[in-house]
Amino acid sequence: MRVVLAEDLALLRDGLTRLLEAFDFQVVAAVDNGPSLLPALLEHRPDVAVVDVRLPPTFTDEGLQAAIEARQKVPGMPVLVLSQHVEPLYARELLTDRAGGVGYLLKDRVANVAQFVDAVRRVAGGGTAMDPEVVSQLLARHSSPLSGLTARERDVLELMAEGRSNGAIAAKLFVGEKAVSKHISSIFTKLDLPPSDDDHRRVLAVLTYLNA
Amino acid sequence: MDSRDWIRDGLRAVAGGLLAVPLAIVNIPLFVLFVVGLVLTPVLGIGLLVLPLVTLLIRLRADVSRRLAAGRGVPIARPYRPRPDGVVFGSLRHYQWVITDPATWRDVAWLLPGALVGLVLGVLTLALPVYGVEGIVLLPLWIWLGTGEYGYGMIWPIETLGEGFLSLPQGALILSIGVAAAPYLRHVDALFHRLFLAPTRAAELRLRVSQLTVTRADTVDAQAAELRRIERDLHDGAQARLVALGMTIGLAEEIVDADPATARKLLAEARESSTAALVELRHLVRGIHPPVLAERGLEGAVRALAMALPMPVTVTTDLPGRLDTPVESAAYFAVAEVLTNAVRHSAAGNGVVELWHTGQILVMRVSDDGRGGADPSGGTGLRGIERRLAAFDGTMSLSSPPGGPTVVTMELPCALSSPKTSPSSGTG
Repeated sequence: MRVVLAEDLALLRDGLTRLLEAFDFQVVAAVDNGPSLLPALLEHRPDVAVVDVRLPPTFTDEGLQAAIEARQKVPGMPVLVLSQHVEPLYARELLTDRAGGVGYLLKDRVANVAQFVDAVRRVAGGGTAMDPEVVSQLLARHSSPLSGLTARERDVLELMAEGRSNGAIAAKLFVGEKAVSKHISSIFTKLDLPPSDDDHRRVLAVLTYLNA
Repeated sequence: MDSRDWIRDGLRAVAGGLLAVPLAIVNIPLFVLFVVGLVLTPVLGIGLLVLPLVTLLIRLRADVSRRLAAGRGVPIARPYRPRPDGVVFGSLRHYQWVITDPATWRDVAWLLPGALVGLVLGVLTLALPVYGVEGIVLLPLWIWLGTGEYGYGMIWPIETLGEGFLSLPQGALILSIGVAAAPYLRHVDALFHRLFLAPTRAAELRLRVSQLTVTRADTVDAQAAELRRIERDLHDGAQARLVALGMTIGLAEEIVDADPATARKLLAEARESSTAALVELRHLVRGIHPPVLAERGLEGAVRALAMALPMPVTVTTDLPGRLDTPVESAAYFAVAEVLTNAVRHSAAGNGVVELWHTGQILVMRVSDDGRGGADPSGGTGLRGIERRLAAFDGTMSLSSPPGGPTVVTMELPCALSSPKTSPSSGTG
């Protein structure tokens, strides 16, 4: 899989490159600033872009802006945004095009190599990978429409919003996959969301609903 | 203005006129006493005692006028020099302090013209309403006494009951004119007093310097305390964790050949510990300068903050550009503190944040529909905001009647530094 990487700190850029290459990704471009990110993305059309939010020269949210712009030009281009901190505001901006293939993770998650690589693959495959911290902030914020959910359904919703598949949720909660899909259909009924077969679309619907 | 407000304001002004007359008269003996005190100074030093005492009385009297003027929307600052330390009342140094303060002489210069203007305007304020009231109460008197050698307004003398009745509308008209005019007369009175009682340019500057000295000291103290807190947090938190992390990795390195299973467990522990250190650092950074503030400025940071609160908060902004970093930070933390207070204490269901920039002032208004009754003297939070804003000459005002709503308005004088560069959202 071909990856474009954007990270200004050489130490992290090299580390990420090494990590990704160890898992059979091919880093076709690694940029260290905002202005060169968009051209790199448009030129290489990678299978997935791994982008730091804050990049030179302004050290604000250039990476995020470039990622959003790239997705406007190439709809659905998979982008995994990494940040030293997570902000539901940014998650919402990334999700507004509802095209899937988006991830937004704390840089800390890189430390858990297997999970991180799993997240990159999920995004590359058109799924989502939302940081658990974003999800829990969103759930805490919009508690009222979710008050009808049981504790178990909330757990399921949280994992679903992170972008996990039914199988992964079942494994994490030590229940059968059947139970998970039962919970999910119950959640959609309670949240008044029309059912759909497309996994990441359902997650997006949930997140969009939460942000409404 | 509501008609009841109009009447209430008018009546209050008339009462002010009632107060102005005796106050004006008080000025005259004060002036005489001051001259006597001055003259008596060479005589056995009696003036050393009399003059400071009289000056004290004059200042009290001037303060009354200042307060009354402030009540009419003409704030007058006190121009006096601060009393030097260790000065005993009646001592030569006390005398010197009083006599060398230009404000003392401006007060004295005000006493007689102030008395004259106060008297004339006070009587004017009273005359019309009193005459109006006379017209209204005249009718029963006329009925009781019958025709006589008196009249009212345009009718002189009153000879028939019909003419007597006419005094009623005339009286009502004159009374309402008097009540309507009273606030303006009081305003003119206040403006005149300001001519003498307000600080001169030099005194204003001196006042400003002492004010800045206080806010600077506050700012330096707050900064020092903040640095100490950061140092302590780093030392006890992240730094200690990194040391432990190094130890754990070192240990794993030692035993990796002999006991790979334990080494693996130690490494997993080390990774968790590094995550914990990162979480701590993240909280610390957020407390110093929230990343979203650096990235998106005040508007974005307040929107992000609103999203994170457990209560729905509507944010409306009209900021054409970014603010200077220190101002932005002060503004953000002030809004954050007010919102936190609202969430914690108000039991509100909704909050509203409005930010706008008019000319050279950033206005931040935070309101909630909670139970009200917030009191700046009650907690340290609101005080802290005041201090934070004071460092930039900002102000905070609070309206929080019991039962709500609570509205906190904060103003920061500042210019916009740069036009907005980053769009608020890439996809709208």
